[in-house]
Amino acid sequence: MNDAQVEALADAAADGVEFDGFAASREGEGYVLATAEGSKTLVHGDDLVETAADYADYVTNWHFWHAEAPQADDRWAFLRWLERAEEHPVPDRYAELDDGVVRTWGQLQVSVTVDADGNRSYDLRHADDADRPAAALTHYDDPLDARTIAKHDDRGRYRPLKTAPSLQDGWRFADLGPADLVRTVDFFYPATVANWHREREGDLDVSHWRETMARQTGIYGVVQTWDRGEGHEHVDWVAEACCDDSQCLKRREWEYDDETDLSVDGGAGAFPCREPCSLVVSAARRWTKLEGEESRTYEFELTPSEKEQVEAIVDAVADGRTAEIREADIRDGANRYRARFLRAKRFDDAGNLSGVPTDPDEAGDGDADDAGVEDEDGTDAEDDEEHDD
Amino acid sequence: MPALVIVAHGSHLNASSSTPTFDHADTIRATGAFDEVREAFWKEEPSFREVLRTIESDEVYVVPLFISEGYFTEEVIPRELRLDGWDPDAWESDGTSATHTTLEATDVGKTVHYCGPVGTHDAMSDVIVQRAESVTGNSDVGEGFGLAVVGHGTERNENSAKAVEYHADRIRDRDRFDEVEALFMDEDPEVDDVTDFFQSDDIIVVPLFIADGYHTREDIPEDMGLTDDYRTGWETPAIVDGHRIWYSGAVGTEPLMADVVLERAKDAGADVDDAVATVREETTGAAAGD
Repeated sequence: MNDAQVEALADAAADGVEFDGFAASREGEGYVLATAEGSKTLVHGDDLVETAADYADYVTNWHFWHAEAPQADDRWAFLRWLERAEEHPVPDRYAELDDGVVRTWGQLQVSVTVDADGNRSYDLRHADDADRPAAALTHYDDPLDARTIAKHDDRGRYRPLKTAPSLQDGWRFADLGPADLVRTVDFFYPATVANWHREREGDLDVSHWRETMARQTGIYGVVQTWDRGEGHEHVDWVAEACCDDSQCLKRREWEYDDETDLSVDGGAGAFPCREPCSLVVSAARRWTKLEGEESRTYEFELTPSEKEQVEAIVDAVADGRTAEIREADIRDGANRYRARFLRAKRFDDAGNLSGVPTDPDEAGDGDADDAGVEDEDGTDAEDDEEHDD
Repeated sequence: MPALVIVAHGSHLNASSSTPTFDHADTIRATGAFDEVREAFWKEEPSFREVLRTIESDEVYVVPLFISEGYFTEEVIPRELRLDGWDPDAWESDGTSATHTTLEATDVGKTVHYCGPVGTHDAMSDVIVQRAESVTGNSDVGEGFGLAVVGHGTERNENSAKAVEYHADRIRDRDRFDEVEALFMDEDPEVDDVTDFFQSDDIIVVPLFIADGYHTREDIPEDMGLTDDYRTGWETPAIVDGHRIWYSGAVGTEPLMADVVLERAKDAGADVDDAVATVREETTGAAAGD
């Protein structure tokens, strides 16, 4: 605690201070300092510095939250949540802050400590790096660097979805102040603090599937035609594909519409997802086209093991497991050699499984490999991205 | 103090699409002209839908990092930002003359000064010229050189071509380059035939695009004959039909673009005169020193 903090307290006491189990008020020539634990002291103005020292943790705590922490409601609430301020009275909290109070936010881990003047210091790193020595991590101190870290995963692949559970590890922001901590978190997981706070205040503006799709125009307007009044099974599949905790750390709060919940669990994330994101909308556009096709009956020659192998390959891709399959693990149906063997044995020269053409009318022309899946506007991936003009 | 939000397209596929947006935002952050500067994207996060709730200020200047007026600036951005009472007529634009309008974003109750796109601001002509200087490494470049400003064309948006022609006309009027032409990817005069449109031995080609991507890195270089395969790269300058082609890549990556963002906010009432001076000095000085 420093003199400036006591001076600030003396000023504020004129209007009365009541915060986190601590009260200070003016009484005659002096002040009354009191705590929720029952301590109460009447002190002459000249002795305030000396007496306030007995309440140092309360005074510095009050000062931090009113003079140091960002005052915007959501940022303030988030920082309070980080140190469990609403759960633990100041003496207990300060004892815990001495060791560091640790919270996770998605894949982020925040550790909060406090110094003698009540200043909080925030250490931010990947939760997987919780036990790694600081020297083993790359140090950053500029919140803007979070944008760069968040851009690619550990294998250098671009992360279009910031809340995908693929945040790279190996870095550390040490000794961030409260405002910079919130900024850094917001660069890693944009708007999660704001939406988390809105939800806590009962003010989360959820936009469900139906209204979100109804809003779409341009190349995405077609998604509205996917809802044909035949239930929401297709949206369940979208949510299972894209919004599962294994794919996104936001907790899905949007449903089919205001009255109809999806049949899929929304997940256990700390922060909510308030509407289908641009990735979901973009994928839904593709599925709207693909799902416009009618099913057909195909007849394939496969051994029982080959059938199971096809299933194993789909599972491995869907679970993002292909990179983990060891090169010589021939027992795994999704092993590369196994897949190449299957292709060598069962695909014809045109790439048709078991020689069965995709379109029966095109049998024998050897050019049927992508019939049925080509869009009217071509297969160029760029068409999923509108032009920037 | 008001905040600045730069809204851009972004990409699900291309990691470098957001890079110019980040770079220009950082340049402006460093001036301290705004307490808060934030980037938002159609395809990335924070989304247009959620960026305003990450801002503390009650007053926000929103500048679209887009080339022309059209679908995004008139429909998508105002809708996603929930700008109450938005009507494209509020800009009273002829297709290239939108400046700004002030509205409220209904989900956050903030005052939004919604600005026209950077691509149609007069200062963009300076960026194109600066880009020409950067790619040639010559701060006096002009005499003996032709300049081609390249855009999409009107296939998707008629204002796209207007913006290209607008700047080509302005730069031509300065009499700095021997020849200035507006060329397009999907209509005549086509960039494929770039050398047909110039007498000059040296032709500088500046695509009026915000970020480098498929069109500027693959399409245009191959169409002009700088290379048979974009993956193998090309020389700068590259010789095509006896002309030297100085291909600059997307104009939006030019550091001076930060100035255009500031100019947009300034026209809408932001107090950024000092920042404009600083950015102009830094971004043109850096390029001249190359």
